[in-house]
Amino acid sequence: MNVKENIKTLIVNKPLKLDCGQTINEFPLAYETYGSLNKDKNNAILVFHALTGDQFVTGKNPITNKDGWWSYAVGPNKSIDTNKYFVICANVIGGCMGSFGPSHKNPKTNKSYGTDFPVITINDIVNAQINLLDHFGIRKLFSVVGGSMGGMQVLQFVSNFPDKTKTAVPIACTASHSAQNIAFNELGRQAITADHNWSKGEYSSNNMIPDKGLAVARMAAHITYLSKKGLQEKFGRKLQERDDLKFGFDADFQIESYLRYQGSVFVDRFDANSYLYITRAMDYFDLAKQFKGNLSNAFIKTNAKFFVISFTSDWLYPTQENKDIVIALNAIGANVGFVEIESDKGHDSFLLDVPDFLSALKNFLDQSYKE
Amino acid sequence: MKLEFKIIADLLEENTRILDVGCDDGTLMEFLKKNKNIDIRGIEISKKKVQVCISKGLTVLEGNAEFDLKQFPENSFDYVVLGQTLQAFVNPEIVIKELLRVGKKAIVTIPNFGHWRVRLNLLTKGTMPVTKTLPNDWYNTPNIHMCTIKDFVKFSKTINFKIYKSLALMNKNVSNINNSNLSFKNLFAELGIFLIEK
Repeated sequence: MNVKENIKTLIVNKPLKLDCGQTINEFPLAYETYGSLNKDKNNAILVFHALTGDQFVTGKNPITNKDGWWSYAVGPNKSIDTNKYFVICANVIGGCMGSFGPSHKNPKTNKSYGTDFPVITINDIVNAQINLLDHFGIRKLFSVVGGSMGGMQVLQFVSNFPDKTKTAVPIACTASHSAQNIAFNELGRQAITADHNWSKGEYSSNNMIPDKGLAVARMAAHITYLSKKGLQEKFGRKLQERDDLKFGFDADFQIESYLRYQGSVFVDRFDANSYLYITRAMDYFDLAKQFKGNLSNAFIKTNAKFFVISFTSDWLYPTQENKDIVIALNAIGANVGFVEIESDKGHDSFLLDVPDFLSALKNFLDQSYKE
Repeated sequence: MKLEFKIIADLLEENTRILDVGCDDGTLMEFLKKNKNIDIRGIEISKKKVQVCISKGLTVLEGNAEFDLKQFPENSFDYVVLGQTLQAFVNPEIVIKELLRVGKKAIVTIPNFGHWRVRLNLLTKGTMPVTKTLPNDWYNTPNIHMCTIKDFVKFSKTINFKIYKSLALMNKNVSNINNSNLSFKNLFAELGIFLIEK
């Protein structure tokens, strides 16, 4: 399989100064598009992916051969209707689906960057992606949309480029990563770095991957994406292909087997160092701090119309944290709508078939597009 | 279109910022948006109704006026509209004060519990009145703080806000309420509409 063939890449030749102080040059930004850009170039939506997502939003992901991560929401006649809108999504820098990341070769050492890759931030991520607008000749996007870490990028994007989008839809996210969020990410990073195969990040030179550590990181994170009720209803105490407990440490329970499976399939598609870098970017995200503690000031220059969406059972980015964004926007008289969607599916709700969410997103976009 | 909405529309000036508190399915907001050059937002407690508003292209926040008006700075809006919901709040006093904090003016409409049919209902049946506009029983009604037009006028003096304009809706006719006809309107009006200020 020639992976590269299926990945569109923009080589960004504008130097990008990162928050860590380093400047990157001539770096690749991998992206995918869906639908077509209209003549006026005013129907473009920039979708931002979450921690483990990539640019393959919908349809078959040509690398994994699985459905795109947002297939429920994006596609012909769906919430983000590709018959109507031109959807662009880029792999975040630091990622592992073609954009400049720690698995890229460092020309100085001829080895993968590994932990020599610069620490990146959400700010760096959106500053890299703004180059896509120039690439397509888009003066102003119709919308920026994203859930979870994608939502953080929405907020940062509007703050950095206040006149570059007509609407903004941050979903199930936060303006500032909480101690609990950081704690879970740290747990994942510790699992990876504790894996002997990780070898201080130089595993690719040894032709190894820290698969155990990365799988544990994924398993721990996966629990945070679901709700207690959702887990209980789906798995309860059901046993895995056995009639009784086996008095050992095999996967007796279905939930154990499910998590092990989630961990094992993840290591096939995701790079451990990318996981370290991207979770770090999330942890460093504190938009209010960028504006001396006043989140409202992040949005003072924009006329964009916002629609904030949260989910009742999301305890990772709970409704109150989403509401804090709404409050900051209302404090400066910004145009903002807000709805909390009833769902048992936890933080993952935004990725799943949750009809109230999908219709709210569709209605907001389609109605705003008419204005 | 409900006559009440037309009356509210007539009270609002053009080129103003308006907040509709308890905007329901957005009918008033839609009507105002179409007929007046105004910037209107809504706040609504029911998730279902917020969804309906979104499908109409209205900017609405899901929230509870008793807690969520706090987020708006003083005088964020030229007018705040509260249509027939004051009676549903746990603490109407806080709500009125909040309306007049976030809005320069407020329009409050109240279903008049002093109407003769309500009074007759209680007098003859001896049970809590159930009417066409207030169809719930005492135990399942969201309307926990019913008041009369007279009560509202008295309320304005007690908690100290000005009634700038007061109108009575009786049998599809609109008329002014003043000191001399207050008892009469309180007996015959179905609805009181008040433009109030701090």
